[in-house]
Amino acid sequence: MAKISLTVNGKKVSAEVEGRTLLVQVLREKLGMTGTHVGCDTSQCGACVVHVDGKSVKSCTMLAAQADGTSVTTIEGLANGNELHPMQAAFKEHHGLQCGFCTPGMVMSAIELAKRNSNPSEHDVREWLEGNICRCTGYHNIVKAVQAGAQAMAAAK
Amino acid sequence: MYDFAYHKPATVADAVKLLAADGDAKALAGGQTLIPTLKQRLAKPSAVVDLSAIKDLAGIAVAGGKVTIGAMTRHGDVAASADVKKALPALAALADGIGDPQVRNRGTIGGSIANNDPAADYPAACLALGATIKTNSREIPADAFFLGMFETALKPGEIILSVSFPIPEKAAYAKFGQPASRYALVGVMVAKTASGARVAVTGAAAAVFRWSEAEAALSKSWNAASLDGVKVSPDGLNSDIHAAADYRAHLVGVMAKRAVTAAG
Repeated sequence: MAKISLTVNGKKVSAEVEGRTLLVQVLREKLGMTGTHVGCDTSQCGACVVHVDGKSVKSCTMLAAQADGTSVTTIEGLANGNELHPMQAAFKEHHGLQCGFCTPGMVMSAIELAKRNSNPSEHDVREWLEGNICRCTGYHNIVKAVQAGAQAMAAAK
Repeated sequence: MYDFAYHKPATVADAVKLLAADGDAKALAGGQTLIPTLKQRLAKPSAVVDLSAIKDLAGIAVAGGKVTIGAMTRHGDVAASADVKKALPALAALADGIGDPQVRNRGTIGGSIANNDPAADYPAACLALGATIKTNSREIPADAFFLGMFETALKPGEIILSVSFPIPEKAAYAKFGQPASRYALVGVMVAKTASGARVAVTGAAAAVFRWSEAEAALSKSWNAASLDGVKVSPDGLNSDIHAAADYRAHLVGVMAKRAVTAAG
């Protein structure tokens, strides 16, 4: 076991981890932040996407030890009190979810796209969401939500 | 996952020492193949040596007619690099088509070529562009690097430092992605260089290979039509639930033509 220290949603935290402990296990099991989901466990579905030093990554495909010293943002770190992040609000407004399991990963992934491209086309969004799988919605409203969320993020700057 | 010791050396020398001291230790680059492999218990290393803290292993330099990319440079950084886009746009485009955005944010060029997955994209770029792979102990030409399925010329414990791509006159990569995984069902990289055309094919066989008949045809005349009637044999090509060997052989021709057309 080794001790790692990182910043999660602005708060400094530390945890004792094994070599094999995954970042998502630290988030969910050690820190009790269960908003980040584990779907496929094979690095394909994207339900576990979080930001590490500002970039979206699959937290089931990163060792906790690799995250030592980094700054991590999870779905729990987006809202400002009761005020949803513009991307969360857009998912609500456009009904970009059904069961909601994939939603945290979708939102975290979409925010990196919005930071790179404030007005993504439908094609841009579909390409970007390559690594996020939704089994309910058929993606249509997710795409609309991401486009609206990106515009709202740009407008809020 | 089986448990393992985790090391994060700060220098190449320390990483080499750790790997030399323990034959069952594995180097960890971006982890986008190794970690899923560990999770499925397909590998059982005693230790993992994380290369990410080693300074100077990541970075991009364009000089002397070459694009040199540090082994720990992430795919996303190659794809977004203004220098690579200008000097060797085909390589930036190839990097931008690997996996998905999250994989590109973690995966590295060194990890990709050291793994030498039969359907990986970067090996095709290395072979078609005649890259040189620099390790802690020597320089290896791409033609002598990719030996077979998941097999390279790297010796146990040898670490890739960087990959140097000579800038060609023209180049392009055309990939027919497997719809679920986005790995190349067939990917073809073509390059027009001062010493002739080079054509590398990934995804179709046990390992990346150069297609010499297409190279000869394109060296005579750099034109997609030069490939009319030039066929690759399906013998020995991959056949699986995604595509039969004869279909892959057909795709090799189609993707090669598309790549030549895209290169202009």
